[in-house]
Amino acid sequence: MIRAGLPGLLLGLLLVAAPAAAIDSGKAFEDPELQARYENIIAQVRCLKCQNQSIKDSNVFLASDLRREIRRLLGEGKTDQEVFDFLVERYGEFALYSPRKSGATLVLWLTPFILLVAGSFVGYSVIRKRMSMSLEDDALTE
Amino acid sequence: MFRYLTPLFVIGILIVVFSIGLLRDPSELPSTFIDRAAPTFDLPRLKDPANRVGSTDYSGKAVLVNVWATWCVGCREEHPFLMDLAESGEIPIYGINWRDRRPDALRWLDRYGDPYVASGFDEDGRVAVDWGVYGAPETFLISEDGIVLHKHLGPLTEAIWLEDFVPLLGGSS
Repeated sequence: MIRAGLPGLLLGLLLVAAPAAAIDSGKAFEDPELQARYENIIAQVRCLKCQNQSIKDSNVFLASDLRREIRRLLGEGKTDQEVFDFLVERYGEFALYSPRKSGATLVLWLTPFILLVAGSFVGYSVIRKRMSMSLEDDALTE
Repeated sequence: MFRYLTPLFVIGILIVVFSIGLLRDPSELPSTFIDRAAPTFDLPRLKDPANRVGSTDYSGKAVLVNVWATWCVGCREEHPFLMDLAESGEIPIYGINWRDRRPDALRWLDRYGDPYVASGFDEDGRVAVDWGVYGAPETFLISEDGIVLHKHLGPLTEAIWLEDFVPLLGGSS
């Protein structure tokens, strides 16, 4: 029982450990608040070399270099905004998964609402037209 | 009449918007530094680690800054053209050797030739982050006033050089 269990346990531990070791395993900061901010930031930064991953999920060296720079900036006491500005200045808005709500990217945020309003207006006028036409249509089909 | 033209018009606009979106290569990002002051660097020299090379070495001159590495396939591809360009004396080329191993990089220059005035050795990729580099090769054209005029992502060829770089150079020098 024990003899059979030990290799299994070791294998299990290995499987658990392997993915964790692939990316940043250790904590970057002692301070839990700083660690939380760090994790929140890296989850929002696009890995530009592997574009559908955040730098939190990627282990290519560019992602680890960016994580290191973010750790350095946070360690220097920079605010989240300053960290994002640092990245945007170098890599552009595209580096952020959640584009900032200003300038050109404001269009991205407003378009859905404009489309929603426009769509409901069109929908409303079409329905109203159909309702007033319904009697005529019935007459025609008969 | 209007009734039938409206959907056609809307579909037309959508076709245009989507074609633009689909024809663009999402992996190619414009540099945020275009028409802005170029980032600086100061690195140990690849060939001479005791000394440094940096952006102060080329202030007042129009130069190319080429980010390269031995692990980068595109760099091998563009290397013969960089050699030709360096030989022509048209423009000095500075290299940033990105995330490489020094012996590998030195062997590469030995074997294929060294088109660079000097290469900085960016071992930990810190300078590359400052330059917004995300894939090698990347080539920056910097004016004599230290402004980034153009950035090319991917291997540089003579055709690209003549089309995208030379006209900008004419204007500034």
